[in-house]
Amino acid sequence: MTVTKEESGQEGADGDGGRSGAGDGYVPSQRRLDRERHKRARARRATAIGALSTLVTGVVLYLVVVNAPGWPRTKETFFDQEYAREAFPKVLDGLWLNVRLLLICGACVLVLGMLIAVARTLRGPVFFPLRVLAAAYTDFFRGLPLIINLMIVVLGVPALRLQGVTVDPVLLGGTALTLTYSAYVAEVFRAGIESVHPSQRAAARSLGLTNRQALRHVVLPQAVRRQVPPLLNDLVSLQKDTGLVSIGGAVDAVRAADIIVGRSLNYTPYIVAGLIFVALTIPMTRFTDWVTARMDRRRAQGGAL
Amino acid sequence: MHPAPRALRRAVAVATTALLATALGCAPQPDEKAADAPSGAAGNTCAKGKLATKTSGKLTVATDEPAYEPWFKDDKPAGGEGFESAVAYAVAKQLGYDKSAVVWQSVPFNKAFAPGAKTFDFDINQVSISDERKKAVDFSSGYYDVRQAVIALKDSKAAKAKSVADLKGLKLGAQVGTTSLDYIDDVVKPTQEAAAYAKNDQAKSALKNGQVDAIVVDLPTAFYITAAEVTDATIVGQFENQGGTPEQFGLVLDKGSALTPCVTDAVDALRKDGTLDRLEQQWLSDAVDAPVLK
Repeated sequence: MTVTKEESGQEGADGDGGRSGAGDGYVPSQRRLDRERHKRARARRATAIGALSTLVTGVVLYLVVVNAPGWPRTKETFFDQEYAREAFPKVLDGLWLNVRLLLICGACVLVLGMLIAVARTLRGPVFFPLRVLAAAYTDFFRGLPLIINLMIVVLGVPALRLQGVTVDPVLLGGTALTLTYSAYVAEVFRAGIESVHPSQRAAARSLGLTNRQALRHVVLPQAVRRQVPPLLNDLVSLQKDTGLVSIGGAVDAVRAADIIVGRSLNYTPYIVAGLIFVALTIPMTRFTDWVTARMDRRRAQGGAL
Repeated sequence: MHPAPRALRRAVAVATTALLATALGCAPQPDEKAADAPSGAAGNTCAKGKLATKTSGKLTVATDEPAYEPWFKDDKPAGGEGFESAVAYAVAKQLGYDKSAVVWQSVPFNKAFAPGAKTFDFDINQVSISDERKKAVDFSSGYYDVRQAVIALKDSKAAKAKSVADLKGLKLGAQVGTTSLDYIDDVVKPTQEAAAYAKNDQAKSALKNGQVDAIVVDLPTAFYITAAEVTDATIVGQFENQGGTPEQFGLVLDKGSALTPCVTDAVDALRKDGTLDRLEQQWLSDAVDAPVLK
């Protein structure tokens, strides 16, 4: 359990501005010093209260759980060390499948989603059929429940017995995931493209850039940067949904846990798999936060006209 | 440092006390049946029709939906047709509940074993008895000796397998949570990872589509699948029992249920008087022997 420092706790930290000019002989007044001391004290107290209330909440929750009449049963069914030890390596083996699917499908989804988004935002009457097709695609695949999409692709496509089309459930499952998620991501990109102010495009065109160049060098960079958080949302969601390819019999992390649960009727492997997934998501989130922050810093440095 | 306003402090103290009180106070008292009392504790009378069932005077029996042939007929557990439906009614009669006093309930396979209060008196769903599972639920004595069989498409090379060793190089599949899958992992030990399906239906389509070479199911199911559902498939053979003890299906009851000894007595009585054999003849007679894979 970590106690996050409250917002108010940081007020005291930036109260020592104005001392930058060391040579200007500035001496802070007594009143100012008092004010800062008071602010620091307030911040300390806020932190202390926050810590205390968190501790109390934790203790209460712990007592509620541990005193529940079913706790001993729950403990041995969901938190059994033996089964956790047995499940961990098998779940990790399965997780390798999730990770591979995430990397490959993620890359395909980004490319396909971007293409569809650009197709939807093309101007000019000649592109009308392309715009309609792109819109129809996003409407259909965003509406179609993923599980049904997977069923049709993983179990239906092989039934067609097409020459040269794979029957590998993992490849087919990856295809189904890519179809659905491209539709989501295309909408994210489209929102990003449309959120760039029209003056940007107008300025680019007035500088003599073609429509394509304006899109490529002016609009898309701004659109993508704005869309990082929602894109990450979709990526995390995709990471968890990769497990659904187990419909075709492939053994992913969750199915590996399933197998042990089915044999032993002990649910600990599910907890292990769940925690591993969470642990996988956290570094990914931190990484994208860092990338976004870096992009923002760069933007803040340049751009001053 | 200002002292915290007194009102605030008092409020926090009151709230804390109240929370702690509720935490300790709202824990419901464990019911009469101590959860970890050994199953079959003495003092249980199995008075006919007067058992401590969920609904007094009724016997609630659970199974999964859909209910498959040959265990149930037409997905209607209450019909009394199909082996497990017939066994459930025979056990109920033995316990003193006639057909009108039996209430069926649909409970998914996995849900039947989750800890927490059960909504049924017993569950009948082709669940194999194992010592490991006995830690989580109670079982009656076994009502059917089950063997596992391998199915493959007639024209495939898997159909020509004569021994367990012949299956090693194949892609095999089975339903997750079943002993069929354990047989693949523990007996065959194939070179390719076994495909694990959520339902037998998906295993059947995978077999039809050529995504797996062969699937493993229990023998009666194998006969039903090859006779009615995937007619271009054949039974390659059956496995020998692991460890020399026959694998058995048992009725699932809540851990420490007061009914376990009564239900076990009922199943034993049905075995003694030949009822189980008769029902097996009636519903599973198609499941004759298949060649044993050594």
